[in-house]
Amino acid sequence: MEINLTLNGKKIKAQIRPDELLLDFVRSQGCRSVKRGCETANCGLCTVWLDEKPVLSCSTLAARADGRTVTTLEGVAAEAEAFGAYLAEEGAEQCGFCSPGLIMNVLAMERELSDPSEEEIKEYLAGNLCRCTGYMGQLRAIRNYLNRKGGETDGENR
Amino acid sequence: MERTAKIVGSPVMKKDAMALVTGKPVYTDDIAPGDCLVVKVLRSPHAHALVEEIRTEGAKKVPGIVTVLTWKDVPGKRFTMAGQSYPEPSPYDRLILDRRVRFVGDAVAIVAGETEAAVDRALRLIKVSYQVLEPVLDFRTAKDNPILVHPEEDWKSLCPVGADNKRNLCASGCEKDGDVEAVLKTCDYVVERTYHTKANQQAMMETFRAFTTLDPYGRLVVTASTQVPFHVRRIIAHALDIPKAKVRVIKPRIGGGFGAKQTVVAEVYPAIVTWLTGRPAKIVYSRYESQIASSPRHEMEVKVRLGADKDGMIRAIDLYTLSNTGAYGEHGPTTVGLSGHKSIPLYGNAEAFRFTYDVVYTNRMSAGAYRGYGATQGLFAVESAVNELADMLHMDPVKLREKNMVREGNVMPAYYGEVANSCALDRCMAKAKEMFGWDEKFPAKDMGNGKVRGVGVAMSMQGSAIAGLDVGSATLKLNDDGFYSLLIGAADMGTGCDTTLAQVAADCLCCDLDNIVVHGVDTDVSPYDSGSYASSTAYLTGGAVVKTCDSMIAKIMEKGAEYLNSSADEVEFDGKRVYRLDGSGEISLRDIGNRAMCSNGYALEVTESNTSPSSPPPFMVGMAEVEVDMETGAVELLDYAAVVDCGTPLNPNLTRIQTEGGLAQGIGMALYEDITYSPKGQLYENSLMQYKIPSRQDVCPIRVEFESSYEKTGPFGAKSIGEVVINTPSPAIASAVAHAAGVYIRELPITAEKVYRGMNGKG
Repeated sequence: MEINLTLNGKKIKAQIRPDELLLDFVRSQGCRSVKRGCETANCGLCTVWLDEKPVLSCSTLAARADGRTVTTLEGVAAEAEAFGAYLAEEGAEQCGFCSPGLIMNVLAMERELSDPSEEEIKEYLAGNLCRCTGYMGQLRAIRNYLNRKGGETDGENR
Repeated sequence: MERTAKIVGSPVMKKDAMALVTGKPVYTDDIAPGDCLVVKVLRSPHAHALVEEIRTEGAKKVPGIVTVLTWKDVPGKRFTMAGQSYPEPSPYDRLILDRRVRFVGDAVAIVAGETEAAVDRALRLIKVSYQVLEPVLDFRTAKDNPILVHPEEDWKSLCPVGADNKRNLCASGCEKDGDVEAVLKTCDYVVERTYHTKANQQAMMETFRAFTTLDPYGRLVVTASTQVPFHVRRIIAHALDIPKAKVRVIKPRIGGGFGAKQTVVAEVYPAIVTWLTGRPAKIVYSRYESQIASSPRHEMEVKVRLGADKDGMIRAIDLYTLSNTGAYGEHGPTTVGLSGHKSIPLYGNAEAFRFTYDVVYTNRMSAGAYRGYGATQGLFAVESAVNELADMLHMDPVKLREKNMVREGNVMPAYYGEVANSCALDRCMAKAKEMFGWDEKFPAKDMGNGKVRGVGVAMSMQGSAIAGLDVGSATLKLNDDGFYSLLIGAADMGTGCDTTLAQVAADCLCCDLDNIVVHGVDTDVSPYDSGSYASSTAYLTGGAVVKTCDSMIAKIMEKGAEYLNSSADEVEFDGKRVYRLDGSGEISLRDIGNRAMCSNGYALEVTESNTSPSSPPPFMVGMAEVEVDMETGAVELLDYAAVVDCGTPLNPNLTRIQTEGGLAQGIGMALYEDITYSPKGQLYENSLMQYKIPSRQDVCPIRVEFESSYEKTGPFGAKSIGEVVINTPSPAIASAVAHAAGVYIRELPITAEKVYRGMNGKG
């Protein structure tokens, strides 16, 4: 079947199998940042945005993207680099395999929540598993990143 | 030239960090050629069976299917998938495909085709008739069971590890010092307890995967997510029965290993497809396959007898470990050793010890290497028994340990008689006590709302590389403009060794980190290294880097002196230039690098190898605070404090993350990660939905500090960090629960159900 969608800002038309998953589709389109860590919607590695909202691409049919906007880490490269630098400053990327999914969700959280508490951060990101870091370093990086951004916003508001 | 730590000890960013966080295509599946055949394995539904007949005609007719392989199509020489130095202690008990299948998930056939859909369809069309056999499922009844897991005559053990396939024994043995029975008889107190740990999964985020191609010379190129590239080369050659010269192994970025990838779990399948068809092939394990057919921790049951006098001096330790290696013997003979070698030596005053063990075959998934490698299991048992002894004596378990712990300079009879030359365990305990607030919190506090808080403590040690066996190597090249190439055979699997080893090199060569480019690993290019396991890389390969830099400096001075028309003893090198000691001339490193590219017969390239007669242990202390709901038995972890002695932390950020990550894995093992089987031997926890690794909501604040000793034989005083950090949570949390609820959980994980049943006398 044919679908039309906007992938990382670019309008594309593609032939897909009816049972094709969005994860396999975006990888076939060159978005290799998107990873599969499980097949059961538990790990969060495959997180992408569908119309700006994070979804698990391992359990979303590619057909559902028809007429919609899909964003992967490749589509938010500058922001990914900005937050990613904070992760790297803590050494909290480690193997890096879960980083793209985590970063997509952190950037979504930043859009959705203002000044989230630690509990809110943990809850928002609970679906993003990581086996390397024990999450502490990621939390330090997220706090540092949000604090920096908060500081800047405050400046503009005044 | 003075060697001072400047970049060593500073929290520099990993060299590959920005590529990883911006999602660059750097992992195995990202770089596989688009025309790779999809390879999948048909797996046995039975725990023990013989393949009577296997019909593949229907499968082969599916459009797009290129080959279907059965036991008739593979070499008949047995090998091991364990990534260990040759001759491997693990028995040669495997074929790529065997007629006898030994666990639910064992390989029955290999299918390769052009699309995943075709391969999935072909898998369904293979017709197998099985003669279903009675399995050996309970590891307590495996030894000398009339049902044999490996009755075959060509089963082979290369090393004297006490193996006997006609007894279901993968290994067995006994080590001792002094007369443990005699000492136990004269002890005021003897604690005798049995502890049980499960076959936990490493659950690294990137599952097992590899792709294979033939190069223009007809050689098999294996690109694999592995910790042991050089062992993969040998194992693939053994499995396919081809010369090692025909195999090249490349390791790209890896999405985690934790020991899982010290076993060649998946590589043989695409390798044989490419070797037989000539076509590129790729296998990517599903999470389901990674859960049911991989290389988890060895399930162990450890019986501890601990003898002490009335003042709490530990006088004797007797340990019996029963280890379940499952269907195949990967890492079976070696993991069991650590259950004794890395637990008994923590107690420095014991007059006698005995350590006895059996490693048995069963019809379960084969076990393998998982961070901690047997030490984790042994330390859960010994540290729990010490905690129970303290409770029996009504003594603070911290005080009990302060009386008994190994200290710097002590000989460790149960650790091959090595001396603890660098040991800050006492300082770790003191600091942990302070940062945790132990004295205020011990042993428990009733919160008055049906909940009770309790605290527990545990110690841990590991090694740094395998003494007298492991090899670490480094190659350095001086290039034009004076930049260095550092080639290593150790595998960075996210741990950051590409960066930490460059830090070591930069300080040895007195240059910036950016002046060193790192390459690893390609077995055609990299110098030989045993691989990244046994906590070896920082210590052993780090030591190789130091040696290599020393030799490189000598060469630079030699060459510089030649260009200055002097002899090497008339010049000095300061990292930027070679200069005459009398101040009469100098040449920059940049100019040496550039000039050496013309009219030069003296290679500015060095390789050095390193091995160590000892394996200096890192040490640590962990303290846990839990809150137990007395009505339901639910356990909530409130605080975890840990203090580590890993010698000099080469990169404080990375050592901290290693510690936090190891603790979180240990917390998962302690509280969440269960392994259970159906009566027919099918694993229930076959996805991340059932196998609960901790999420960020499940780990409490983990607080980490360092108390560094200085290990003279390590690079800049470093020991290892990777494994020691996983061992304390299970015993510390179990003791905290015991102090809160009065229930000792001796089988992991510590679930609400077990605590509830214990509190209500239904244990």
